[in-house]
Amino acid sequence: MFTFVELFEMIRTRSLSYTYNSEKEIAFGDLNIAGGDQFLLLGESGSGKTTLLHLLGGLLKNQQGTIEVNGTSLTNLSESELDRFRGKHYGFIFQRNHLLAALSVEQNLLMAPYLAGLSQDKSRVEEVLMQLGIADQKRKRIQELSLGQAQRVAIARAVLNKPSVILADEPTSALDDRSCDRVSELLVSVAQQNQATLIIATHDQRLKNRIHNLIQL
Amino acid sequence: MNLFALIFAYLKARPLNTLLNILLLSLGIAMITILLLFSNQLQQKISDNTKGIDLVVGAKGSPLQLILCNVFHIDFPTGNIKLQEADRLAKHRLVKNTIPMALGDSYQNYRLVGTTRAYADLYKAELETGTWWQHDMEVTIGATVARLLNLKLGDTFASAHGLSEAGHAHEEHPFVVKGILKPTFSVLDNLILTNVSSIWLVHEHSEDEHEIVKPDSLSASVLVPTAYASDSTRELTALLLKYRNPIAAIQLPRYINSQTNMQAASPSFEAARLFSILGVGIDALTGFAYVLIFISALSIFIALYNSLKERKYDLAIMRSMGASRSKLLWATQLEGVVLTFCGSVLGVALGHLVLYLFTMLVAESQTAGVNAFVFYVEELYLLVGSVVLGIVCSLIPSWQAYRTDIHKVLAGN
Repeated sequence: MFTFVELFEMIRTRSLSYTYNSEKEIAFGDLNIAGGDQFLLLGESGSGKTTLLHLLGGLLKNQQGTIEVNGTSLTNLSESELDRFRGKHYGFIFQRNHLLAALSVEQNLLMAPYLAGLSQDKSRVEEVLMQLGIADQKRKRIQELSLGQAQRVAIARAVLNKPSVILADEPTSALDDRSCDRVSELLVSVAQQNQATLIIATHDQRLKNRIHNLIQL
Repeated sequence: MNLFALIFAYLKARPLNTLLNILLLSLGIAMITILLLFSNQLQQKISDNTKGIDLVVGAKGSPLQLILCNVFHIDFPTGNIKLQEADRLAKHRLVKNTIPMALGDSYQNYRLVGTTRAYADLYKAELETGTWWQHDMEVTIGATVARLLNLKLGDTFASAHGLSEAGHAHEEHPFVVKGILKPTFSVLDNLILTNVSSIWLVHEHSEDEHEIVKPDSLSASVLVPTAYASDSTRELTALLLKYRNPIAAIQLPRYINSQTNMQAASPSFEAARLFSILGVGIDALTGFAYVLIFISALSIFIALYNSLKERKYDLAIMRSMGASRSKLLWATQLEGVVLTFCGSVLGVALGHLVLYLFTMLVAESQTAGVNAFVFYVEELYLLVGSVVLGIVCSLIPSWQAYRTDIHKVLAGN
């Protein structure tokens, strides 16, 4: 019974804390997040949302305590192992979409498998673009996209490698109510379609309507 | 996607900047290429043309002029030497063989040389058509002369005094073309060859005024068998001679310069002296080319450095997608190398193209035998050097890329 629970536990942290500039320490409560779960990481600015999200995503190191993702302890990974682990297991979405402006939509998406060292499957690109309703934008340059389209491309890039965990940092805070609603719906449905655990760090209370699991900082 | 696609996309995203950097570097490289081709070929030409000539003996004057006139045929004679004296020297025990040179006339800027077959043999000349000159007023012409003046077998022409078209024409003594040589890629291609006595014949009228001196003995000259050895009225411009043994190289020039009214000059020594004079100009231009390359390297460095700042989010997001630090380091290095490599390939091509246009437009460069389509191993060094340059320019930017702090960049502070 115990092993059964272990297998399905996607993210598990124990006595996690992070010290800023060797003075300000933020401690986080232990997390146990099952595979496929969707969580909101709520808190005001400066409460450590982004720090926790980056720690969970392996973007930030040197924490105290342990983080296990999909059975792997991030603390034990070397820098380059962590890079590879990120590429294979995570999808990241940020407040700004951070697409590579020099590349086309398709090239941006293909960067995900390329950098993760996976095979570049163009039909997977088609599939994801279709799921997000922007299949016709494939050849376009990033500058030619509207803000909403660009955000969808960023989401598409995050889910392309079928990650086990999707981490989103304030994906909706700059959006109006309608767009917020649409993006959150997209995130939830695309995470479900790809069987990924979704954690959204935000101070945007509007998302509570859609995701009910909360981690309050 | 791959690294090259990414780099080309980045370079294409800043087309003007990329173009400027490539162009700047290619100008420097092109300049070096041109200088390299030019000086190498000139040196090659000089050594080809002086092959087989150990010493040039002529009238006293500038030794460099003597060489330029009698070996390269681009200067005027220093004066004449007496056939008698030349004959004496030809029989010297340290001299292996000698070739007489009688200059003074030209046809359409191409020089007439009164000499012997040995002169043509010096450059391993072969006949294309016709025969060698046998009698007075018969000529065998070089390949370039035939081509550019459109001369054919049996054509006749009158030579002009001096080395310009404006010279006094000797119309009463026309020459007839008896043979045309195959190209030798030496100075011979630009010459009209005849025997020594034809040159005398053309100038006879001036010597008619002289009292004809009855020769003391009737033995024939060694150099010009048709003349008497003791004929004191006969003159030559110069003698090309070959040493019998290494001792001659030490003794002969000193003997000629001190014991006779003639001077001796070594083609290889004078050519080296000439080249060291030219070398100052070539060095100055090369220095300028290196300044251009340095500026282009600086410009590439600044472009990469600035674009790295703009790209800090790109770098961070690529790290989040699984790119390792070293991958970003290589990508930045490769971007610099692609720029410098493109620049140097373009530069080498540009250098050859410019030289080609130059040879097409400037007739003298053709007679100097400069060929734009010769490649030297140094050009390969230029390409390798440009790769090193690319690595050096992108050292600091790639280190920046390597050190990108993903958390700080993506957290937005």
